[in-house]
Amino acid sequence: MKVLKLIFKNTLRHKLRTLLTILGIMIVVIAFNLLRTVVTAWYAGVEGAAANRLITRQAVSFIFELPYAYKDKIAQVQGVETVSYANWFGGVYIDQNQFFARMAVDPESIFDVYPEFLLSKEELDNFKKERNSCIVGRDIAKQYKFKIGDVITLEGDIYPGRWDFVVRGIYQPKYKSTDATQMLFQWDYLNERMEMEAPGRANWVGWYIVKISDPDMSAEISNKIDALFKNSTAETKTESEKEFVQGFISSSSAIITAMNLMSFVIIGIIMLVLGNTMIMSARERTREYAVFKTLGFSAFHLIGLIMGESLLISALGGGIGLAFSFPIIAGFEQAIPKGFFPIFQLEPITVVLAVSAAFIIGITASIFPVQRALTTKIVDGFRFVG
Amino acid sequence: MSSLIQVQNVSKSYWRNSLEIPVLNNISFEVNEGEFLALMGPSGSGKTTLLNLIAGIDKPTKGNVAIAGTDISKLNESALAKWRSANVGFVFQFYNLIPVLTAFENVELPLLLTKLSKTERRKHVEMALNIVGLGDRMYHYPKQLSGGEEQRVAIARAVVTDPLILVADEPTGDLDKNSADEILTLMERLNEEFKKTILMVTHDPHAAEKAKLIRHLEKGDLI
Repeated sequence: MKVLKLIFKNTLRHKLRTLLTILGIMIVVIAFNLLRTVVTAWYAGVEGAAANRLITRQAVSFIFELPYAYKDKIAQVQGVETVSYANWFGGVYIDQNQFFARMAVDPESIFDVYPEFLLSKEELDNFKKERNSCIVGRDIAKQYKFKIGDVITLEGDIYPGRWDFVVRGIYQPKYKSTDATQMLFQWDYLNERMEMEAPGRANWVGWYIVKISDPDMSAEISNKIDALFKNSTAETKTESEKEFVQGFISSSSAIITAMNLMSFVIIGIIMLVLGNTMIMSARERTREYAVFKTLGFSAFHLIGLIMGESLLISALGGGIGLAFSFPIIAGFEQAIPKGFFPIFQLEPITVVLAVSAAFIIGITASIFPVQRALTTKIVDGFRFVG
Repeated sequence: MSSLIQVQNVSKSYWRNSLEIPVLNNISFEVNEGEFLALMGPSGSGKTTLLNLIAGIDKPTKGNVAIAGTDISKLNESALAKWRSANVGFVFQFYNLIPVLTAFENVELPLLLTKLSKTERRKHVEMALNIVGLGDRMYHYPKQLSGGEEQRVAIARAVVTDPLILVADEPTGDLDKNSADEILTLMERLNEEFKKTILMVTHDPHAAEKAKLIRHLEKGDLI
């Protein structure tokens, strides 16, 4: 108890220095949490990927489309349960900053292949009945206050023109990692308009979503699907949804790697800052440590005093930083284009990493001062002039 | 009177790079229990080094130092630390109080290593501070005390565990004459009234006069 009191009093000896160090750790913890949250958000799609879903896309590039006619051929492959398909629509809602995924989908099958999108039977039936109907995710419904019957008008870019959709359902995410920021509308609505306005662009789909019966067969089924279209004008590449999402985000891998690296570099920097603070403190107290040793205090006591102070500073900085991280990350989410990251929140693993980092900073920063205090002879300690 | 401190053929050298600097040369002497010994000598004569060897905060290069029959030269660092906490009280020239602790807490420090309860510790601390005349300044911090008062707190800290010997390194070296006299009178009282064995290093003849016995060191030799 007395040692704790002394640790606390030592921490407050140089209030400004301690305050600045705590502020430094606090800022680093916030930055670390923010960077990790961005990285986690980037990978959210990978976590949400199902093992029994395959994605079939154009072999050359994701941006090229596949013939609609492939649907029935894929469905005949052994092990395939359901085949669905989608097109990336893009478009602008209000302005370029209002971003969320808008996709043309097959209403008959899309909710079979994505069972984590929870929709009532009535809403699904209404969606199927009306050609220009759409379904929106819970999060964007909440964000834009969409309700059943509302009309959403998009200005097309990939598919030019004005597009009006009537909201006929709001899907709920089944899991925390489920993306609830998508807008889904009937592929037929898009295709019929293409047939009228740009016949060459009709009957093409962006990618197929293939639900399989046995996830262990995914590689074999993928090969079979791709073999079907070998040497055709639109060869396919089929892979698990997880591989597909990973491949999709790999285009940004340099940025993600840089952010990952940065999040740990700043931890290293603050370790040096706290280490410097502790070295200065220990140096100033060289004579006091000699007194403690003279009085019979053991190495264990000195380690407790120095490491305890270091841990107290890092715990204060880390704790305050963590507390501030929640509102700051929420504010950051508001500041970035809506829907850019479907899931953007401080994950428990990030909190654990931040707490561990603060703990490691506290321990590491005290190693050199502890070593110095323990190895300095009592007589040298008394002779020390700081 | 029995011999409490036995210094036998003690030599001490320091090394600066490969150069050996002898500080004490084959010194032998004994101090009886209840003695008040002043070690005098010019700067660099080795008096503080000798005091450090007797107090167990340094080790001789050759020879033995035995206190109450224990050869402290043979103890390892950990055992030596325990021995010091139980047997030696220290008074330094610059007081060496912990600035963030009150007078009470500074005096209590050595007792934290004992098995005494909080109430017992309080009793001992109050008694020690009353002996040095600072019973009314218990909750003052060192910076709120004068030099003489700080040194009295240091003496209270040195005697609170009731050690076998009290070692004082230039205890009046940083004080004005009046404060120095108060400290010397207090040490005299500790020796006569409380029968404390005291070893005091000083280069001040006036301070040495208070001791019962004076020994002189000259270039590492006891004369």
